[in-house]
Amino acid sequence: MSNPTAEQILANAASMRSDVGGSLHDKVTEAIFTDAAQIADRAVSRDGQRAAFSLDRAIDRVVTSPIFGFPIMVLMLTGVFWLTIAGANVPSAMLGELLTGQIYGALHAGAAAISAPAWLSGLLIDGVYLATAWVISVMLPPMAIFFPLFTLLEDLGYLPRVAFNLDRLFKGAGAHGKQSLSMMMGWGCNAAGVVATRIIDSPRERLIAIITNNFSICNGRWPTLILMGTVFIGATAAPGMASLVSAASVVTVTIIGIFTTLVVSALLSRTLLKGEASTFSLELPPYRPPRVLQTIYTSLIDRTMIVLWRAVVMAAPAGAVIWLLSNITVGDASLAGHLVNFLEPLGWLLGLNGVILLAYVVAIPANEIIIPTILMLTLTLGRSQLAQAGVMLDLEPDMIGTVLTDLGGWTALTAVNLMLFSLLHNPCSTTILTIWKETKSLKWTALATLLPVALGVAVTFTTATVARMAGWV
Amino acid sequence: MSQQLITPEAVGAPTAHCASCPIYNSAQLVKLGVDATGYDYVIALAGNPNTGKSTVFNTLTGLRQHTGNWSGKTVARAEGGFRFRERRYKLLDLPGTYSLLSTSADEEVARDFILFGRPDVTVVVADATRLERNLNLALQVLAITERVVVALNLIDEARRHGIEVDARSLTRDLGVPVVPMAARRGEGVPELLAAIADVAAGAYPARPRRLPLRDPAIERAIAELTPQIEAAFPGLPNASWVALRLLDGDESIAQAVRDGTLGTAVAPAAAAATALA
Repeated sequence: MSNPTAEQILANAASMRSDVGGSLHDKVTEAIFTDAAQIADRAVSRDGQRAAFSLDRAIDRVVTSPIFGFPIMVLMLTGVFWLTIAGANVPSAMLGELLTGQIYGALHAGAAAISAPAWLSGLLIDGVYLATAWVISVMLPPMAIFFPLFTLLEDLGYLPRVAFNLDRLFKGAGAHGKQSLSMMMGWGCNAAGVVATRIIDSPRERLIAIITNNFSICNGRWPTLILMGTVFIGATAAPGMASLVSAASVVTVTIIGIFTTLVVSALLSRTLLKGEASTFSLELPPYRPPRVLQTIYTSLIDRTMIVLWRAVVMAAPAGAVIWLLSNITVGDASLAGHLVNFLEPLGWLLGLNGVILLAYVVAIPANEIIIPTILMLTLTLGRSQLAQAGVMLDLEPDMIGTVLTDLGGWTALTAVNLMLFSLLHNPCSTTILTIWKETKSLKWTALATLLPVALGVAVTFTTATVARMAGWV
Repeated sequence: MSQQLITPEAVGAPTAHCASCPIYNSAQLVKLGVDATGYDYVIALAGNPNTGKSTVFNTLTGLRQHTGNWSGKTVARAEGGFRFRERRYKLLDLPGTYSLLSTSADEEVARDFILFGRPDVTVVVADATRLERNLNLALQVLAITERVVVALNLIDEARRHGIEVDARSLTRDLGVPVVPMAARRGEGVPELLAAIADVAAGAYPARPRRLPLRDPAIERAIAELTPQIEAAFPGLPNASWVALRLLDGDESIAQAVRDGTLGTAVAPAAAAATALA
């Protein structure tokens, strides 16, 4: 007798399936469960004196309660950002003083000593070096505090509790409850968040999670928010309250992000991606005391340094590009000047300015370089005007606010709208590529890329118009 | 440079007693990081979500895969290597899964690898504080392969909650080595390494527990189908499990039968052996 072919085996299986009946799956599952229960029963003995997990349950009753759940979440977030902002203030200033003050000055002095050509020292020192130095002084201190804190919360087991609290909201939006987990991964990096949506088994709900992941503020954008919150919003508060007010403004933008995620999810699940939310079981793991030193070490070495390195790698060539744009003159102005003038009307409509919009074009590869780009463009464009008037500007460590208000003409509206636009704009190129890899669809990739920009334009236009009509600016 | 230490290498070949000594075993571990080339054995880490698979992975390879206290953190498989007792091992960290019977994108990664990748040893990392639910998966893995080691992880947490787990009783019931451990503190790592090495080398006399079906009709159908599958795919170690999945109408397994993926899946150890020859 010859060996049975694949088709014969499948046919046999199909005919036998009808003999066995449709309950096979349940019977097998039940048999495995029974067996597992018996084996476990023989192996496990409990200490009757101690009620198992009672402390965990008591904590869970509070942090997932309908009344305290959300306030505790907001408090935790505010606490993390307050520690980040308050803790980063001094080291940021010191790094800024060192990198953009002393070393920057020393480099120029050195270049003058060896009489390097102006274009070369400009390109390397005012372009490449300054952009890199700004990225490091703006990003390193807050990231070095924020990442370990967030990782400690993750190690402790708090994230699934947040997912539990948000589950009802996501279900109401027609999305999968596990989307809150991929959303929180997006708070680290949107590309990672998009990959994390693999835990969602329904393709419809997974697409919703992918498209909305960009509304989670990522590594590259936290520094922008923290800086704007500190310089423009915290500064308006009483000195003792400044850090807290700054933290509250960052938390507010984060919550607007969660809110946007829910609204867009709801819209998608009622239009393009119609369907019911599927049910799932979410495991609340036991609280585990985090290994503090190890967590701090790994999140500093692995996360902070990797993120910072990526920013530096992006900032160095971007610095060169910006310097060239600002120094190659066509007609009566530099290339950057032309581009900024061209974008200025649209920028004004959105309560931003031409410099910010140009920065967002330059920063498509990485959001991390937004702040350095804005600073350099404002500085070079403003300085050339000042230089014509015979004024020289000295770089000072705490000059970011001064540069932006005095040279860039920024108002509180510019800062608030930059925070909103930082939340609502296209994902970085890495994330766009990841979305394409995960969906293999041009249509969904395009939607995930363009929808946030459209929202950003609509929202900032609205706030700018309202603010102007109300006469606030 | 003179080596004054009295090591097994210095005094000659290790004796039989060395193999059961934890100090000797952990001294034998060389973490190879991402370097998993030229391996002798492939080891897969499977288990329910959030049982510490990635922590075990990091402990053995010296890598720092991101770990977190929540279900679903690992969605793609990670690879790393280590050397132990003169053998090189390639270790794969699979996404957590509650069951091999239902599939979402991340759970399928785990199932397909255990079934088609045919690792030399599958380490089922089980949470000692939730043993019953974790055993469901262990039993399903045992239905696919007998080359299994159960890492009974989080034993420190179980102790803290007043739960005692008798590993010897489990070993007896499951028919494969069960190693109690606390991977976060490095407890039980030498024992785990020894068990992996034994099973990989075929030195452990496995008596794996059969899947108890408790239903004569199903038993009969499987008894009829299994020999047919074995005839069509000689050397397939898990024909009865394939039979069960076909009876259940598992489309991806049917597809593997149809296009011959089942038959061509060569055991990685055999592939490595051919490559060395």
